[in-house]
Amino acid sequence: MSYFPLTEDDRKQMLSEIGVKSFDELVAKVPAQLKNPVLDLPEGLSEFELRQYLENILGENQTARELLSFLGAGSYDHYIPSVVRHILSRGEFYTAYTPYQPEASQGTLQTIFEYQSMMAEITGLDVVNASHYDGATAFAEGCLLALNFNQRQKVLVARTVHPEYRQVMKTYLSGTDFQIEEIPFTAAGTLDLEAFRKMLDMNVGCVAVGSPNFFGVVEDLDEVSDLTHKHGALFVTTGHPLSYLVFRSPGEWKADVACGEAQPFGIPLNFGGPYVGYFATTRSLVRRIPGRLAGITKDRNGRRTFVLTLQAREQHIRREKASSNICTNQALCALAVCVYLSTLGREGLKDAALLNVDRANTLRSRIEKLSGYQIPFSGAIFNEFVVKSKRSVSLLFEKLLKKGVLAGYSLEKDYPELKNHFLVTATETKTEEDLDHFAKLLGKI
Amino acid sequence: MNVITDLGEKKRVMEKQIAGRESKLIFEKSRPGKRVHLTPKSKISQSVKREWIPSVLERKREALLPELSEPEIVRHFLNLSQKNFSVDTNFYPLGSCTMKYNPKINEDMAAHPSFTNLHPYQPEETVQGILRIFYDLEQWLIALTGMDRFSLQPAAGAQGELLGMMIARAFHRSNGDTKRRKVIVPDSSHGTNPASAALYGFEVVTIKSNERGRVDLNELARATNEETACLMLTNPNTLGLFEDEIIEIQKMLHQKGSLLYYDGANMNALLGIARPGDMGFDIVHLNLHKTFSTPHGGGGPGAGPLGVKKRLEKFLPVPLVEKKGDKYFLNGQLPASIGKVKSFYGNSGVLLRAYTYIRKLGIDGLCQVSRDAIINANYLRKKLNGTFVIPYPEFCMHEFVASAEAQNSFGVHASDIAKRLLDFGFYAPTVYFPLIVKEAIMIEPTETESRETLDQFAKVMHEIDREARECPETVKLAPHTLPVSRPDEVAAARNPILTYRDLISQKS
Repeated sequence: MSYFPLTEDDRKQMLSEIGVKSFDELVAKVPAQLKNPVLDLPEGLSEFELRQYLENILGENQTARELLSFLGAGSYDHYIPSVVRHILSRGEFYTAYTPYQPEASQGTLQTIFEYQSMMAEITGLDVVNASHYDGATAFAEGCLLALNFNQRQKVLVARTVHPEYRQVMKTYLSGTDFQIEEIPFTAAGTLDLEAFRKMLDMNVGCVAVGSPNFFGVVEDLDEVSDLTHKHGALFVTTGHPLSYLVFRSPGEWKADVACGEAQPFGIPLNFGGPYVGYFATTRSLVRRIPGRLAGITKDRNGRRTFVLTLQAREQHIRREKASSNICTNQALCALAVCVYLSTLGREGLKDAALLNVDRANTLRSRIEKLSGYQIPFSGAIFNEFVVKSKRSVSLLFEKLLKKGVLAGYSLEKDYPELKNHFLVTATETKTEEDLDHFAKLLGKI
Repeated sequence: MNVITDLGEKKRVMEKQIAGRESKLIFEKSRPGKRVHLTPKSKISQSVKREWIPSVLERKREALLPELSEPEIVRHFLNLSQKNFSVDTNFYPLGSCTMKYNPKINEDMAAHPSFTNLHPYQPEETVQGILRIFYDLEQWLIALTGMDRFSLQPAAGAQGELLGMMIARAFHRSNGDTKRRKVIVPDSSHGTNPASAALYGFEVVTIKSNERGRVDLNELARATNEETACLMLTNPNTLGLFEDEIIEIQKMLHQKGSLLYYDGANMNALLGIARPGDMGFDIVHLNLHKTFSTPHGGGGPGAGPLGVKKRLEKFLPVPLVEKKGDKYFLNGQLPASIGKVKSFYGNSGVLLRAYTYIRKLGIDGLCQVSRDAIINANYLRKKLNGTFVIPYPEFCMHEFVASAEAQNSFGVHASDIAKRLLDFGFYAPTVYFPLIVKEAIMIEPTETESRETLDQFAKVMHEIDREARECPETVKLAPHTLPVSRPDEVAAARNPILTYRDLISQKS
């Protein structure tokens, strides 16, 4: 009971100061038929017991570190410098409230401003919000922004966008009259331009694609972007943000909105969350961006001050007319991103990105040489790629798991047309020996 | 009053030191050539083959990113942290936000490598521990709310609301009832309620509260018809008052075919006292970062699990955690499901923290939470009554609303009082909300504050009232001791500087 500062004595005295004889008088307005429900809950534990109990349960997991993991597919194991966790463990950051009172929140506000600045540089766009729930929700709201912006009915989304992102977008749009159509992919695992041309008409308000796409392929988006803009639609992109340090950024593809998952920047796998969605737009869309924005102004003494700004977009001011319903975001995760990016720095980030390119390409070349496996998509990749196996993927995965290896992500469930295909990811955390070991195991099976 | 003046002085000296410190941006501290080596240098660059990054796909535009050494980075962020108020350092009487203490063991568990290194797509047999945690957490949330099934997927309260709206629509559609396009919210509701309904394409109908600060049954009856999909309600409401006609309300709505949605932002008042499920609510979200002690993190991450009654279960998002024998698994086969509102399974780390909290306190501890929260709120309310107008003169639940109407006649507003509190080391209460109270000051002390803190806070509030009458300028120009004071927010919005690049381009 160590979280309660009131003593039994305090309670008695306070009740008497309030002017009641018993606690029940305070809740007399609660109808009797509702009162004091029977709760099926366990008894409390001491902290010592609790730790043992929880560590036992957590011990039933086998982590992606205890195993040798080549799983990615939207959730990436990158090295996280110690600094990140130490700074995030500061109570002054993690127990702070949303920075609505600028005078009491300059620390948080400045870090949000720095996060926005760094992510704007990386995406090559002008404005970034203070964070979104995750990549999928950022993507869904990015498309929604585009549709609302030009008041058109249709979104064209590449089938090579992460299946869960497409599913979340579909769910978000299900209450509206907006229509979703999927752009197919070519035999090279890239967007089918011919099909796209035919689908594009003046009802299309938004074209959304991924690069690197879900198959790991980095796409040439020049023509897609041009065509989209010629038809007056907005161009939305998503992708692994570390790839933008070496491959063309959304801004360089003339994207209007870039949104996706910033988890690779300093956030552990965490069984899928909390992560953090990045949400970037051009300056002309700034007044439609969902969520919080930190800006700079001066205080009454002329001192530089960070504040939340353009709040007239937000739910606590505009209610049903707000640009989104988002309130709580992923601020602490955005701080992790900010610290991570600062720690690796301009050169370190490029190195990390290159090392990903190196690991994935090295592994791809090795697997390509193995009999029983093919590399169906030969385009440029960042840190993941598709492998086609002669045998059933589920059997293959089962055998590899017995050898302590998580081989990757099976694509059959989301893409029935890709039977026996799976996605393999190799980040900078994989050593030469890891790649060797994996390739050898694959070769033997 | 001496105590307070001394405290104020001491704080002033301390804060001056903080204010004196430069708040340079990390970019302004950067110099080329500084870096932290994380990757083995020998393994990069020379081995990367040109054809791996074709020129047409290569990034050309240089990214303006900082370059610093590790000690400089640590000092930068820790100095920034000192410019924050936080629950660990200050009392937050922040109404509707439940800024309670965040137990440290929760953080240890969420940082445990047996959790943090779990990939969401690992085979089920390798993640039995975390699935068990999800499963048990769902059972406990069911017990506490009286609902039948929970989805742990929503990342925040507002996302829970959005999911609730999706389920309401799916339910009506499944009954062939496509006319229900309206959602009713009281004028005292949280801003996210109407925003969530509107985002999902519902029309929002706002109804007035009655003179007792509750839903006006006549208004509600007039607003409810065959087009009503749902009523969204917080109970206790944002005035801290229990909606004592809830049984009549739910009967009225259900008779007209509407659903009832419970905004769980104020659940901290009800643990062991009453359950939304028993009140007749069909859909419920909980804010784990409020009632269940997970930290606010400067704005997030939180978690907003959504509970429903049996008849709505089939619409929940995929996947749900289920158990077969002694094996836990993720059930994605729900044909009537609305789909998915977030990738993977939710904010797992936040869920793990809430699990730790519930398991630690157990049934008795959880009941104590709401009892102490209610005692603290009523105690503070009593202490402020008289000096501040308390517009609804009855016992409150876990929070109450006061008004700065009396101080208004000296030109002092609720926001001024809020800012002046900062000088005394107290975070500001929620002000101007709910919208139905003039000069509202909304106070929620939570159960994790001591009587001493409440006494001190009340003293300071009385002192500020004295200042308002005797030297209103002191209050109107507050804060005086913090790094900054009264930023020009209009200027910030008129000329938005949102990135470092904006800043340097304006300077040049």
